[in-house]
Amino acid sequence: MSIKTKLFAATALSLVSASALTAETITIATVNNGDMIRMQGYTDNFTAKTGHTVEWVTLEENVLRQRVTTDISTKGGTFDIMTIGMYETPIWGANGWLVGLDDLSADYDAADILPAMAGGLSHDGTLYAAPFYGESSMIMYRADLMDAAGMEMPAAPTWDFIRSAAAAMTDRDNDINGICLRGKAGWGEGGAFITAMSNSFGARWFDMDWNAQFDTDAWANTLNFYKGMMDESGPAGYATNGFNENLSLFQQGKCGMWIDATVAASFVTNPNDSTVADKVGFALAPDTGLGKRSNWLWAWALAIPAGTQKEAAAKEFIEWATSKDYIELVAANEGWANVPPGARTSLYENPEYQKVPFAQMTLDSILSADPQNSTVEPSPYVGVQFAAIPEFAGIATEVSQEFSAAYAGQQTVAEALAKAQAITNEAMEAAGYR
Amino acid sequence: MARAVTQQRKIINTTLAWGVGLLIFFPILWTILTSFKTEAQAIADPPIFLGFDWTLENYAAVMERSNYSRFLWNSIIIAGGSTLLGILIAVPAAWSMAFVPSKRTKDILLWMLSTKMLPAVGVLYPIYLICIQFGILDSKIALVIILMLINLPIIVWMLYTYFKEIPGEILEAARMDGASLKEEVLYVLTPMAIPGIASTVLLNVILAWNEAFWTLNLTAAKAAPLTAFIASYSSPEGLFYAKLSAASTMAIAPILILGWFSQKQLVSGLTFGAVK
Amino acid sequence: MATHHSRSAARLMMAPAVVLLLGWMLVPLTMTLYFSFKKYLPLRGGDLGWVGFDNYVRFVSSSAFWPSVLTTLTLVGGVLLITVVLGVVLAILLNQPMWGQGMVRILVIAPFFVMPTVSALVWKNMFMDPNYGLLAHLWEFFGAQPVEWLSQASLPSIVMIVSWQWLPFATLILLTAIQSLDSEQLEAAEMDGAPAHKRFAFITLPHLGRAITVVILIQTIFLLSIFAEIFVTTGGAFGTKTLTYLIFQRVLESQNVGLGSAGGVYAIILANIIAIFLMRIVGKNLAK
Repeated sequence: MSIKTKLFAATALSLVSASALTAETITIATVNNGDMIRMQGYTDNFTAKTGHTVEWVTLEENVLRQRVTTDISTKGGTFDIMTIGMYETPIWGANGWLVGLDDLSADYDAADILPAMAGGLSHDGTLYAAPFYGESSMIMYRADLMDAAGMEMPAAPTWDFIRSAAAAMTDRDNDINGICLRGKAGWGEGGAFITAMSNSFGARWFDMDWNAQFDTDAWANTLNFYKGMMDESGPAGYATNGFNENLSLFQQGKCGMWIDATVAASFVTNPNDSTVADKVGFALAPDTGLGKRSNWLWAWALAIPAGTQKEAAAKEFIEWATSKDYIELVAANEGWANVPPGARTSLYENPEYQKVPFAQMTLDSILSADPQNSTVEPSPYVGVQFAAIPEFAGIATEVSQEFSAAYAGQQTVAEALAKAQAITNEAMEAAGYR
Repeated sequence: MARAVTQQRKIINTTLAWGVGLLIFFPILWTILTSFKTEAQAIADPPIFLGFDWTLENYAAVMERSNYSRFLWNSIIIAGGSTLLGILIAVPAAWSMAFVPSKRTKDILLWMLSTKMLPAVGVLYPIYLICIQFGILDSKIALVIILMLINLPIIVWMLYTYFKEIPGEILEAARMDGASLKEEVLYVLTPMAIPGIASTVLLNVILAWNEAFWTLNLTAAKAAPLTAFIASYSSPEGLFYAKLSAASTMAIAPILILGWFSQKQLVSGLTFGAVK
Repeated sequence: MATHHSRSAARLMMAPAVVLLLGWMLVPLTMTLYFSFKKYLPLRGGDLGWVGFDNYVRFVSSSAFWPSVLTTLTLVGGVLLITVVLGVVLAILLNQPMWGQGMVRILVIAPFFVMPTVSALVWKNMFMDPNYGLLAHLWEFFGAQPVEWLSQASLPSIVMIVSWQWLPFATLILLTAIQSLDSEQLEAAEMDGAPAHKRFAFITLPHLGRAITVVILIQTIFLLSIFAEIFVTTGGAFGTKTLTYLIFQRVLESQNVGLGSAGGVYAIILANIIAIFLMRIVGKNLAK
């Protein structure tokens, strides 16, 4: 408590000039992830510092996305700050819909933002959204089950190793699945996973002329490998499992391995929620030796829609929420393992944070993802688990629905790929690419 | 002997009916029970029915995270306001259709009902743009108007079927006594129509309360009702069954209680006067 | 004179409702029609000019179109079938002499008050989840492999959820109708030695005709626009994409307002075909 007050007083001083301005009420749209809900809990701290009050609109990810997209594309002006991701930011920035964030205060230290994150949240060199937390993906595995299977996880495993380890760890009688992976339809769910995975198999969404590439062997190999492995060692109903479902399974000790967002590391190692908190190891996402790994890059970031009347107050909020001080505030109250990760270089240089078991692996994973150059063969798009074009979300959702239907056994992998090819080319034609 | 048979039949009927009733009610009961469990108990294997440590921690967590009373208040205003406005507009229309029918009355009624079949999402952008134009985005007034329009056909139709039940002779008699049109409506018709109007109000409050497309897409912080409240609990990270159950219970409780207390009116309302 | 007076007064009284509904129908309809002939992509700068019937052709020629129409009809038909059949059975059961009839009615009516979003969330997570759901536990208890409801039996699962929501409605209407049935007629038939199934087929069922029509009419109106139940449970995957959902995908997920608007026009046409079909039957039945 006293640490909190001290911190509070120190930063309050530096912001006295800001609070001299008129107090505003800003409306913020955000996603209902754990770190954002924690941020809402600290709103009073922000209000005390700046005098501004905050109205939260907290929505589930899919609802949030449709809500903010409708609002910004019609210039509705409902929100002063929107929580958006690495996919939306460059597109919206290019459309001139977002306020540039290059003029944040010196105290804020924008240069401290991890270059991979800043790069993904910029357009033409201008930062359009400040990362609240960033993530890549990595392997989280049960060290005890790995030992029991007589295997040892390398720091950078291959997919073949993962498949054999998954088979070895699977114990259906005791309800242990060797591997849990996303299969749920939706471009940000199973779509993101399979796209990142396909990169390591040498696949890509489009060739340089924007032709869909689902008729290639690389995609067939990706899907066949995924489905083969999940049918052998995955949980029941994996075709409907997304991040949350897998998190629950892993926390309940029902998964041997789980390849997913690095932010999940703090949830699976939290003894309050996880039954396997002290048994988790980490490794880089697997590859096939073609030069690309299967980890993605993502950030949830705060952006200001152009045209808001409360731009100054909104910037103050962004500076507060994505600052080093905020990280320290959370660390002081809830421990270093619970701070929003993956946004700032200084966090990974902090000796306290380096003691957190998953810190180094998170950083290594983030650093090994390159949105500008994510595929083995050249591709015309930016993004690891997505292509940063406006049409992608719609196309990839439909494509991932076909994939999920294949995972569930309703159609073959070949059928799913043929449909994906048709859907994608059709939509790209409608959008005028081909 | 005959008495024994009916008694036996009554026991069988009672058992069967209660069994079915509980089965239908069970998902709601299970949600309410789960809301009092800890997250770990909520997914326990095998499931725990009653023998868990009852806790209010989920309700506390939900109350801390969301401003429940504001969502509730918005729901009440939007559901109540749109119903009230709808009734005000529908009563005269239904009255004239019932008592001064023309050749086209039936066509107009059916046409009104058919407007309910337009898919809402197709007109999201147009409506959104209109709301921006009038500056009524994220306002209760926009939702009151839109939900009123959505439910107006049902209101008109229900009232029409009720009004038709009122014998025309009474009105004739009132007219003979020199009652003006206004008096006729106010003193003769309205008292007779009160039960029908009450049922209509109830059904429409329920429909407006549960409407989840417009209420979600046209609101942000100020006017968001309980449907938006639920959208912030639908898939958080980690274990969430107990908190989801608590939020769900809080979202449906007011309307469930209202519905149960006014069951009699509602039952006659649900019949649309068509099955006398 | 009085008739003339009240006739024009009647028109005046009807005017607000008619004008408002006409506006509510025409304004969005006109705008939908307008957008449907446009290349309108909000993420690419909005209005990109007229494109004639391109959107209409593209929407129908999409591989998702006909399956979505079929899914819509299956969903509506399935729910209608289940709710009407079970509704009749339940109504007959609830009409029998018993203890605590009022309480049972309260239990049966309850699902109707539950928000579609909530009921979809509860069914999906707490009942149909293959790992934690109650149904999975039930299956395991009997030694069976838990069903992966929302992927392997996706459409039937959604039909089940929606039917649960609408069964109370059907039951209550049919119950009221049965209660108005002349019991002397049934007793007379029983005296005459007519077996139960004949009494049901020749007396009860014809009596319920009108009530069943009302159930079908009202439910169809609501079922054609089912959205939340699909959005929450499958997100349109596993063959659960209805026409309404397909339009949602085009407008909001693909951000192609022109294409979605053309879809909207098709949905209106489909709704009207069904409406005309229904009105024919209903009109006849209600005129009685």
